[in-house]
Amino acid sequence: MPEPRAYYCPMAVVVATPPSRIARDAVGIGIAVGVYGVSFGVLAVAAGLSPAQACVMSMLTFTGASQFAFVGVLAGGGGALAAMAPAVMLAVRNAAYGLSLASILPRRLRDRALLAQLVIDESTAMARAQDEPRAARRALLVTGVSVWLGWNAGTFAGALLGGGLGDPRSLGLDAMFPAAFLALLAPQLRRPGAPAAGAAGALVAIALVPVAPAGVPVIAALSGVAAGVLVARRVKR
Amino acid sequence: MSWAVLLALCATSYALKAVGPLLAGGRRLAPQVRRTLDLIPVALLAALILVQTVSTGHRLVIDARIPALAVAAVLVWRRAPFLVVVLAAAGTAAGLRALA
Repeated sequence: MPEPRAYYCPMAVVVATPPSRIARDAVGIGIAVGVYGVSFGVLAVAAGLSPAQACVMSMLTFTGASQFAFVGVLAGGGGALAAMAPAVMLAVRNAAYGLSLASILPRRLRDRALLAQLVIDESTAMARAQDEPRAARRALLVTGVSVWLGWNAGTFAGALLGGGLGDPRSLGLDAMFPAAFLALLAPQLRRPGAPAAGAAGALVAIALVPVAPAGVPVIAALSGVAAGVLVARRVKR
Repeated sequence: MSWAVLLALCATSYALKAVGPLLAGGRRLAPQVRRTLDLIPVALLAALILVQTVSTGHRLVIDARIPALAVAAVLVWRRAPFLVVVLAAAGTAAGLRALA
């Protein structure tokens, strides 16, 4: 079973597998994501979303890092629109996943439209690990459904739990956000240029905090991508 | 929190996922483009970590979140499960605040 902590990208631990293994792995990933969903539910409510809003968000948005970023900016005092921008940018990678999966999807438009909602880190990783299109399609569907169920069950439980918790600060809930982001970031730091992109982005953001409207510093951190690209290019040569 | 913004986020994230499956039949992204896209979450997450650890509103603040993040960093490095990392960070901050 893949380690639960490989939330962002379990690609390293997923190998080509027979159907029964695909299902078993998918259930394991779903449970791991469910646990993670509980913390999202708690934090969403602490950030001011109603439990219903937290649940609708998990059902329809269904992309973990974006949802964490959204409620994180809200909790930090940013407005809803300021929270949108980093959330959307974090979801851009799903477009890249969707493009890479387009060739293995069924032909019927309705099926493609439904499967599109399941395009996320885990399902893409499982699909890519398969040798042939039918197995890949199956892996995408089974993993996607399993993660969707786990994520939403977790959010629901967390949202109910979170409402009765009291002052978020005295419980240390504000410290949960950076810890969650760090756990998401760590496995990605091995990419070429990633440390430079992260460091530059973080520095730009913190320099802007005293002067820019809430939410803007994190968007400005996108400029760190340029630093990462430059470093990656130099290392290659 | 307004429902309109929330639903706009839902629609946008679905649209991003659906671009490939609905419009681009099996086209692939150039490796250069994909590598650049891969760095977007890295820059954003690093910024979120720093901003949410050392600032409150527009002020730079040093408080219990810093030791909490340090504990989280050690646990991430030791490959602890996600929930353990997050709960340990919350516990550290809560504990330090209770003592203060």
